Amino acid sequence: MSLLEIRGLQVTFGGLDALSSLDFHVNDGEIVSVIGPNGAGKTTFFNAISGMVPPTEGEILFDGESVLGLDPNQITEMGIARTFQNVRLFPNMTVVENLMVSQHCRTSQLFVGALFQTKAFKKEEREIRERAEEILAFFGTRLTGYRLDQPAFALSYANRRRLEIARAMATQPRLLLLDEPVAGMNPMETAELTGLIGRLRDEWGFTIVFIEHDMKVVRDVSDRVVVLDHGVPIAEGSYESVSTDPDVIEAYLGRPLESRKDRR
Amino acid sequence: MTATLAPSGSSVALDWRRALLWGGICALSLVSVSLIGLPVGMNKRILIEPVLSLGYLFLLWIPLVFGYVATTVVVLEGVEARKSGVADLLAGLTAGLMGGIGLTLLMVGLDTVNIRKPLVNWSPQLFRLLTFERGLEFGIPVWLGICAGLGLVGAVLHQLPAVARRVMSWVLFGVMAVAILEAVIDDLAEGFHLEWLTDALYYKKGGTEGLTVTSAVVLALVLAALPVVTGGRVKAAVDHYRDAPSEDRRRTSLVLFGAIAVACVGLPMILGGIVNELLANVGLFLLLALGLNIVVGLAGLLDLGYVAFFAVGGYTTSVLTSSNSPFFAPEWHFGIALLFVVVMAAVAGLLIGAPVIRMRGDYLAIVTLGFGEIVRLLFLSDWLKPYFGGSQGITKVNPVDIGPFKVQGSDPRSVFYLVLFFCALAIYVSWRLQGSRLGRAWMATREDEQVAEAMGINTVNAKLMAFVVGATMAAFSGAVLAAKVGSVFPKSFEILVSIIILVVVIVGGMGNIAGVMVGSLVLIGILGGPRQPGLLQEFQSYKLLIYGALLVFMMLKRPEGLVPSARRSRELHQDEYLQDAWLGDEAETEGDQGAPS
Ligand SMILES: Nc1ncnc2c1ncn2[C@@H]1O[C@H](COP(=O)(O)OP(=O)(O)O)[C@@H](O)[C@H]1O
Ligand SMILES: [Mg+2]
Repeated sequence: MSLLEIRGLQVTFGGLDALSSLDFHVNDGEIVSVIGPNGAGKTTFFNAISGMVPPTEGEILFDGESVLGLDPNQITEMGIARTFQNVRLFPNMTVVENLMVSQHCRTSQLFVGALFQTKAFKKEEREIRERAEEILAFFGTRLTGYRLDQPAFALSYANRRRLEIARAMATQPRLLLLDEPVAGMNPMETAELTGLIGRLRDEWGFTIVFIEHDMKVVRDVSDRVVVLDHGVPIAEGSYESVSTDPDVIEAYLGRPLESRKDRR
Repeated sequence: MTATLAPSGSSVALDWRRALLWGGICALSLVSVSLIGLPVGMNKRILIEPVLSLGYLFLLWIPLVFGYVATTVVVLEGVEARKSGVADLLAGLTAGLMGGIGLTLLMVGLDTVNIRKPLVNWSPQLFRLLTFERGLEFGIPVWLGICAGLGLVGAVLHQLPAVARRVMSWVLFGVMAVAILEAVIDDLAEGFHLEWLTDALYYKKGGTEGLTVTSAVVLALVLAALPVVTGGRVKAAVDHYRDAPSEDRRRTSLVLFGAIAVACVGLPMILGGIVNELLANVGLFLLLALGLNIVVGLAGLLDLGYVAFFAVGGYTTSVLTSSNSPFFAPEWHFGIALLFVVVMAAVAGLLIGAPVIRMRGDYLAIVTLGFGEIVRLLFLSDWLKPYFGGSQGITKVNPVDIGPFKVQGSDPRSVFYLVLFFCALAIYVSWRLQGSRLGRAWMATREDEQVAEAMGINTVNAKLMAFVVGATMAAFSGAVLAAKVGSVFPKSFEILVSIIILVVVIVGGMGNIAGVMVGSLVLIGILGGPRQPGLLQEFQSYKLLIYGALLVFMMLKRPEGLVPSARRSRELHQDEYLQDAWLGDEAETEGDQGAPS
């Protein structure tokens, strides 16, 4: 059974269809990549799933339940976490705080625990901190040690991107939506992160959908590739089949001039 | 960054334009300060008998500061600092002299034309003050001399070694502080039976009369000698504390905390009524500021109608404990009323919070501003007059009975202890919440609301809780106010209260408990609250002006507040901080590349 099932999704911004009649599914444990030229609607697709923009039409089922109409935090609680293409950390909170606060919906302590420092409160604090450190350790030594207590804004670009992923992991999701996770990274960092994406599924058991422009990354980690253009899926399948699809090549490279004239 | 450019213009030519510009501003400042009425208004407050009053001080610091500013060398990164030389002294002198010329023009003007109609302070008193009651022939050369001299001194300050500068400012501020805090020091000395000390220190001919010249000089010498005697031992101790392992630091903190607690409980016993009254006011506003600090500082909700909750607390207490409440006067005990205060504060927090919670930034500020005013107008209205007494308010609020003690306005010490209790509570609550799940949710909401939601935080709930916690603290403050004054009136709950509390929070240091404490102590204690006189009662009519000037100054020069939290100063000095962080990072990446990855 598919973990995420989307039928006939349509998102419209002021009369313009950013997404239209989009069908999509991800199976449990799959890594699916979404590719397409800029402005194709990939980020909008993630925004719709995570509840940040309301779809005009269509259905989104997560694990058999509809997520339409739910607030983003409720969707996150159900088990969908995302990262942002334009890194959006909590810049003035420390690295470890960024991860602790992201476990909010998995924890429950309120006033009484904090004010009386109850056993349950202390246990919860210890647990979320330990989990935060465990997640950060997944990225090697780059986000551990003294970095734990640095404000997020002080991190290097690549580290911010890593922290974005770590923060999404901290919400303890089943489905991870990664929006261009390696954008702006150098080849070495890209190669490293490509490896990590595979391990995210194998070791942590996440199902992953990720948007990517780097074809090497797409080829190396995805089980399936979905191509969007102008808000419409134009191809789907293995990397090999998609990368040779004439429609896809056309979408990326543009139509030959004559045929474009024909169309008009 | 090793290459440094040759110092630009090492010939050290005098930058006339700059000197004249600052001189012009200096002159304008002197004239406007005079015409605002500060010198005349503060002239009665003698700091050093018979040579210096607070009024003159307001004039004298101006040429000094402008002399200093006009000759500050702007250091650009990677450019070797220009050496300051004779030209700078000349520039300082010029800036000061221009100030003197400004005052000269003012004196001549005062002497020749009368435009008192629009300018209330265009007065003979000002003329007499400026001319030292000896006419223009005396006043003009003296002011020209003083201003030029002080400008020169300002310029010379740059040439002194840093240590000398520090000692000088320490001495200057020390002497002024001892002079200004005369009432408090007097009071303290009396408590410790040290009257001989204050008798020697102060001129004392009835009331506060300032230091004598001799005592000022002796005090200055003592203060100057202090750093020599301690020989940096204080700094060493602070450094030692900072570098100590966290276990030791904890112990030191505990000792410090204990000392402060003992002082808070013990000092009021030996302090007199006036100082206790001041401290009680400080406490009332500290309680308000702590609450607002949670709303604005932690959750990032700019609530300008915060006074509404103060009013709710005051009125709830008054209705329930007064014998004179117009509609319903059960005359309950303060403690029982407090339970209702909490409930009413929470209700008010939810009522005001719910409709505005979806708004952001400026919109939230404006709408809450309106709500604050609505609440005051409701209490003032004829419609609710049968319940809350309209503009007459509710009087005869019973004193608080705690066993053998009675807390009432005529006994400021008792009020102080009551306030202290609530402040301690509020500080504890703020401290614990800050480091809890809820506090982190507030911070995340402040940082980026949309992302906070995407990370699973119910931001609506988080913000409502911030409103409710803040409202409760404000309402407690209102409750104490009602008991203290023995009555409540709508007049006590004007917008100004919200604004002053906000200034206290900002000036003290947003998001930082210690900062808020220092902010209330300094601002409310010295300048006074919206309707409460501070230590310098002479400031009464200039209070708002000074609050405003202070706010502008702090925003420009020290936006992180008097006592910044580490977090906030990092935030506001990001570029500097980042430079270090990135440089460190670069070094590390280089190292990474060397190692097999
Ligand atoms: N909030 C929005 N309001 C209006 N238009 C939007 C909004 N978000 C995205 N769009 C538009 O939708 C289209 C798809 O954008 P996006 O999903 O960001 O593309 P991609 O991520 O594939 O580069 C673009 O034309 C963009 O301008
Ligand atoms: Mg995008």
